[in-house]
Amino acid sequence: MSFSTLLLLIIAFSLCSFFFSSSSAFKKIKSATSRPSALPKHYGQYSLAWTLFPAFLLLIVFTIIGPIYVDNFFKQQIALTEASYDKAKIELVLAMIKNISNGSISSDEPKILKLADEYSNYLSKIYLFRTLSVLLLSSILGIIISSNINILKNSRVKVETFYRILFFVSAVIAIFTTVGIIASLLYESLRFFALYPFFDFLFGLHWAPNIAIRSDQVAAQGSFGMLPVLLGTILVALIAMIVALPIGLFSAIYLAEFASKRVRDIIKPTLEVLAGIPTVVYGYFAALTAAPFIRKIGMTLGLDVSSESALAAGAVMGIMIIPFISSLSDDIINSVPQSLRDGSLGLGATKAETTIKVVLPAAFPGLVGAFLLAVSRAIGETMIVVMAAGLSANLTINPLETVTTVTVQIVSLLTGDTEFDDIKTLSAFGLGLALFAFTLILNVIALVVSRRLSEQYD
Amino acid sequence: MIDKNIDQLKRLKLRKNAEMRLKVYGILSISLALIMLSTLMISIGLSGYSALQQAYVKLEINVDSKKVLDEKGGFSNQKALLVNWDGIVSNSFITNFPEITKRSEKRSLRALMSSNAGYELRQYFQKNPDDLDENITIWLSASDDFDQYMKGRFNTSVDEKDRRLSNQQLKWIDFLAMEKISKLKFNTSFFVNADSREPESAGILGAVVGSTLTLTITILFALPLAVMASVYLEYFAKPGRLTDFIEVNINNLAAIPSIVFGLLGLSVFLGFFGLPRSAPLVGGLCLGLMTIPTIIIASRASIRAVPPSIKDAALALGASRMQAALHHVLPLAAPGILTGTIIGMAQALGETAPLLMIGMVAFIIETPDSFTSAATAMPVQIFMWSDSAERAFYERSSLAILFLVGFLIIMNSLAVFLRRKFEKKW
Repeated sequence: MSFSTLLLLIIAFSLCSFFFSSSSAFKKIKSATSRPSALPKHYGQYSLAWTLFPAFLLLIVFTIIGPIYVDNFFKQQIALTEASYDKAKIELVLAMIKNISNGSISSDEPKILKLADEYSNYLSKIYLFRTLSVLLLSSILGIIISSNINILKNSRVKVETFYRILFFVSAVIAIFTTVGIIASLLYESLRFFALYPFFDFLFGLHWAPNIAIRSDQVAAQGSFGMLPVLLGTILVALIAMIVALPIGLFSAIYLAEFASKRVRDIIKPTLEVLAGIPTVVYGYFAALTAAPFIRKIGMTLGLDVSSESALAAGAVMGIMIIPFISSLSDDIINSVPQSLRDGSLGLGATKAETTIKVVLPAAFPGLVGAFLLAVSRAIGETMIVVMAAGLSANLTINPLETVTTVTVQIVSLLTGDTEFDDIKTLSAFGLGLALFAFTLILNVIALVVSRRLSEQYD
Repeated sequence: MIDKNIDQLKRLKLRKNAEMRLKVYGILSISLALIMLSTLMISIGLSGYSALQQAYVKLEINVDSKKVLDEKGGFSNQKALLVNWDGIVSNSFITNFPEITKRSEKRSLRALMSSNAGYELRQYFQKNPDDLDENITIWLSASDDFDQYMKGRFNTSVDEKDRRLSNQQLKWIDFLAMEKISKLKFNTSFFVNADSREPESAGILGAVVGSTLTLTITILFALPLAVMASVYLEYFAKPGRLTDFIEVNINNLAAIPSIVFGLLGLSVFLGFFGLPRSAPLVGGLCLGLMTIPTIIIASRASIRAVPPSIKDAALALGASRMQAALHHVLPLAAPGILTGTIIGMAQALGETAPLLMIGMVAFIIETPDSFTSAATAMPVQIFMWSDSAERAFYERSSLAILFLVGFLIIMNSLAVFLRRKFEKKW
């Protein structure tokens, strides 16, 4: 039975047990002489939880572990029968067996056909086992719990404890996600660094991930020095910040300190809605409108502008970040206590003087935090640069030339059919790790810096 | 005294000027931001609106029913495969130009019809088998270059050799347009088709369905987890290292580049769990992990905004903490949670990078029909079309952007509206 049918079945089971238990609890309460400890629905929820969750967990475990187990089993089988095969060859044979067993290719080798047959038999046995065990677990638990309802036992407390555990687990998912990200990036990156020296990756001046066609070629493998890529990323982010920071900051100052309530009520939601425009739209604009426009202007000025210049990507990225900076800074400026302003105005300062000499210094840590978050966003931004920046890694700081960024390289290395053992694929995870570390540091600094503001005036 | 007064007045004027300047900078920045953003939308709108129309050619066609019907009189797919539909289309098309006899000229004439026109004809007869054996008039798609020329988007100033249409072909198109044999009509194929190699029959339906499937997974996965996590953090978490660590993690995850979630999906969901590539299931899970922090942050803020007196009253009347949270606080916080969810979903709908990582960038002709079939999503479709060589894909990509952005603006405005409507001052 498929995953979704099984899931629906155990949900149906648990609903049955819910209704059965609550109605039987209701009857028992009605005829009982002593006071019940909980409402009928709590007994229902109690047996629902026992019918649903253990079976659900079992289903998930089987679905994940089952195919992995079968694969490993067959790898051993193949290794036993064909002792000469190395690891890669075994993987290849296994992939072939899988494809044959699900009917997408065919083969005329009897050995492989036999294995494929065994494979699909084995897999269907596993799935049958999954179906039986999940349904058994669910129904047995459901029947036991719902036929043994004791209204003197307080099932509300039990149900609430269960809820509390469930809530706790969902809160911990945030930690799991972070751990998952770090673990998967580290795992793949370590495999990459086993093939390519770590320091060459970190400080290499040449990025050309093209695998050599012949193994005896001079550059037998691509060259993965990430400095040019990093420099390109920083260049694009710098241009973006040069565009976004003054515009965003001045907009925020005006909105927070000078604008009337009516203007604020119109502009702020507008900027918020604009912050929701997908980045692929900015990328489209950058590639098809901004880049040709900048190239044209450059030509009339006699400059040689590349058609995928860092300037175009950076400027459009800046436009994207304006609403981000302005709304963050606006909140921060607003959170400066009014008493500071009143004091300054009371001493005879103008509004502008108050803003520049009192409010902004007070808001400074928060603004730095917002700025760092914006930088981390610019560095991690993908679609604009994928569409408007180039692929060739030039070690340059000239904004009119083509540069490439970390995210562009990750996308270009990983789109299309990728094999996990390929050094190019693995290098993308190396870049991903660098990106993650970089933005993590920026985020943490931003968090620490902006906490200072709230501590200062509380 | 008088001198000092004048001096003060001068200084006051300078100070007032400084204030004016600051104000002007502010107004300038806001207008600059708005101008840039409207330029963006207008330029996309201008290049996209024309994709609402599409060039069609009127053809008169008669198809023998014996060729396509089986013995019972039903449409036979097997027989229809053997019919040369393209031939029928081009023969009928060529009758508009009786003076043309040369083979090479015929070939360049045939190129004016879409290569999918034969398929459209077959679809038509499949739906209307009664029209077989009759002389019918049918509008079929012209080629994308034809379409672009009729919309005035074909650059005729280029040297003839470097153009995709020759002068002769342009003359034929002019003739067809003048005789009203070809016309720009509403582009229905854009809304009912999935992707295609031919721009004239490429549509967004496949991507829309893909996005819907993906977001269904996202919301089913993210909303319950996020709400449960925020109730835990606000009501049950004891202050301590673990709680602090969870909070730092959530804040940090909210600021991690989206592409990293794609890498996570690629290596964990595809690599480790062996889930199918390009599937909405995997895309939805990645986007879900990405939106959970957003929803948690919004939900916690709105749970915190409910005054503690409500919880205290419930507790005083004998409710357990869980009952106070679930029966009294959570319903009052629901509008805020809803707002946060809408914003998170809007973000997920516009997100492209993680989907590229897990292979939802494939060229898929069929509209996806399940959570595990290969699919693409709206923003990815836009990305793919804007990367294509044919000019006609640009305007389709712009039109798709208009739809996506329109939908997102509706979602975000709804969120802003809900927030205003249910914003309570306790």
